[in-house]
Amino acid sequence: MNRSTLKLALLSTTLVAGMAHAQDATLIIESWRNDDLTLWQDKIIPAFEAEHPGIKVKFTPSAPAEYNAVLNSKLDAGSAGDLITCRPFDASLALYQAGHLSDLSDLDAMSNFSDVAKSAWQTDDGSATFCVPMASVIHGFIYNKDAFEELGIEVPTTEAQFFAALDKIKEDGSYIPMAMGTNDQWEAATMGYNNIGPNYWKGEEGRLALIKGEQKLTDEAWVAPYATLARWGAYLGDGYEAQTYPDSQNIFTLGRAAIYPAGSWEISGFNTQATFEMGAFKPPVQNAGDTCYISDHTDIGIGMNAASSNPEAARTFLAWVASPAFAEIFGNALPGFFPLSKTPVALEDPLAKEFVSWRDQCESTIRSTYQILSRGTPNLENDTWGASVAAIKGTATPEELGQKLQAGLASWYEPQQ
Amino acid sequence: MNKARIRWHILVFLAPAVLVYTAVMIFPLFNTLRLALYTRIEQERVFAGLDNFRTLFFDPIWAEQFWNALGNNFWFFLVHMLVQNPIGIALAALLSHPRLRFAALYRSAIFIPTILSFVIVGFAWKLILSPIWGIAPSMLDAVGLKSLFAPWLGKEEYALTTLALISVWQFVGIPMMLIYAALLTIPEEILEAGEVDGITGMPAFWKIKLPLILPSIGIISILTFVGNFNAFDLIYAAQGALAGPDFSTDILGTFMYRTFFGFQLQLGDPHMGSAIAGAMFAIILLGVCIYLFGIQTRMRRYQL
Repeated sequence: MNRSTLKLALLSTTLVAGMAHAQDATLIIESWRNDDLTLWQDKIIPAFEAEHPGIKVKFTPSAPAEYNAVLNSKLDAGSAGDLITCRPFDASLALYQAGHLSDLSDLDAMSNFSDVAKSAWQTDDGSATFCVPMASVIHGFIYNKDAFEELGIEVPTTEAQFFAALDKIKEDGSYIPMAMGTNDQWEAATMGYNNIGPNYWKGEEGRLALIKGEQKLTDEAWVAPYATLARWGAYLGDGYEAQTYPDSQNIFTLGRAAIYPAGSWEISGFNTQATFEMGAFKPPVQNAGDTCYISDHTDIGIGMNAASSNPEAARTFLAWVASPAFAEIFGNALPGFFPLSKTPVALEDPLAKEFVSWRDQCESTIRSTYQILSRGTPNLENDTWGASVAAIKGTATPEELGQKLQAGLASWYEPQQ
Repeated sequence: MNKARIRWHILVFLAPAVLVYTAVMIFPLFNTLRLALYTRIEQERVFAGLDNFRTLFFDPIWAEQFWNALGNNFWFFLVHMLVQNPIGIALAALLSHPRLRFAALYRSAIFIPTILSFVIVGFAWKLILSPIWGIAPSMLDAVGLKSLFAPWLGKEEYALTTLALISVWQFVGIPMMLIYAALLTIPEEILEAGEVDGITGMPAFWKIKLPLILPSIGIISILTFVGNFNAFDLIYAAQGALAGPDFSTDILGTFMYRTFFGFQLQLGDPHMGSAIAGAMFAIILLGVCIYLFGIQTRMRRYQL
């Protein structure tokens, strides 16, 4: 059966990892950011190794969708790397509770981060911090400036303007109005629901009320984003049902689509791919002058494998990651991943600057399903993916989706019962 | 005076196979079944008896997913039985025709997809059928049938059938080869005797060859059954662990993977995962037993 092959595979990786010992301390980083491989190899690692001779660092990413499963198996088998790139909230909390991540509360450099930044990698009572916050990502929309100029469209700030712009692009017909597909499901939830949603549930206010059980997923604020998503379907390209995430990226960077519902992590990839000028606008508000809310999601941290054979070297590396020097390199090497440290970092990329400027204009929040609410079965995050897709395709009404999600959450989450 | 001697050489010759098979097959299998009887409470592994199975079959959230996956699995199997095996038999019958030219070429060409990796097959077909870059829409357009095209892999109602047909495309070579081999063993004399009695062409296939290859068809059916209920790779490569759209392509294998290893924010639960693996094992065991005791023992065999 499949299990036996897996065991063999794990065994062989253990052997390979075991042979990697050399005189110098070699640190291996586990990550899901395989897009960033060259940046780590060319910029970040050389900068660290220059300052710390005697420590070698290797960046070994795996595919994003498989990362959690692969990492858990490696940790259980004892073959995981020394440094673990941390997903926010429960995935990492579970690793800490299982004894796989070390407590880093006593790391001096931790004082470089605000409590909000650290909250994604703390125990519920805040007593232990187990990952160094690295970066957050901001949601919004990236648009093709040339296309907007050609069609004479102003950058929309309200929802009415947003749909008017989409109508105009559709009418003209030379561009697909919006590049997004539902095949991979997560885009619909991450770049759809959690992108436009904070404007409806008023960011942190709604998110925390949901956690406390004061609001329900059947409330207007949580159902209305699905009603808006339902209107998106008409503006996505032909056959969007089978369009994958890379398809959407390519359609936009090839200049075939005008608007791309985005996360700021796309910036560096798009900069190298797209030949036209790009701009960004924040999720449109319902009425002009409303307070805007953006999803500024704590996304990446880095922690230490408790079973690491080089704990000292690993702590040195983590202290360096927490320093402003790293934030400067990281923020500029990876425009779109915004450092979380207190010291402001000067960014050079215009698109990244546009995204980060929203932090001053709007209220920040994080994705609604990430903290605490995706702990049980059924998993609220996974269900939100399905619900967002169903809303866009029109296979269920927003009210039905709200009821289904609420029933699922209430089945295991006490404050919602 | 002749005491029964212990025949050591039998043990010695059996030992390597028994040891290896025990280590890589029997032990993991029983360990998985054992794991299904435990659960984790507050970092502690606790014996839970059949609780996991009770959750799997009777908890509405789990049961809905389980029956959905099982139903999809049966449909996946049915498509293979109704499409793959008849086509395989037909191809074998054509290939064994004595006057067919280039038989070896056709045989290899049809068999080649079988040796391709699932990942290659999954990605290649995903690209072929892609509404954006695929050649399927432009080919249909060329013959004026563009209206027939739909983003099949993205539609709840078509996705599973599409994937089943992709799998048929990949594996049709196996029944073809097995039946072809069986057809070759039919002695010429029997066919000639039939010809003397006036049975030629199609009747010769239905009345003489088909009864003689029935045991092979039985074996193919059971191989298809086991293969399909263990399937995972193609769905995972083409649709990911969530087996979208809306779980319409979720089969027991992907359901087990998602539960066992976790997915995105959902953490892995090895105990529930093992329970699903146990249920898969039971289903396959049951199917094989029904075949072995219900069908194979009653099948008529002919001495050639």
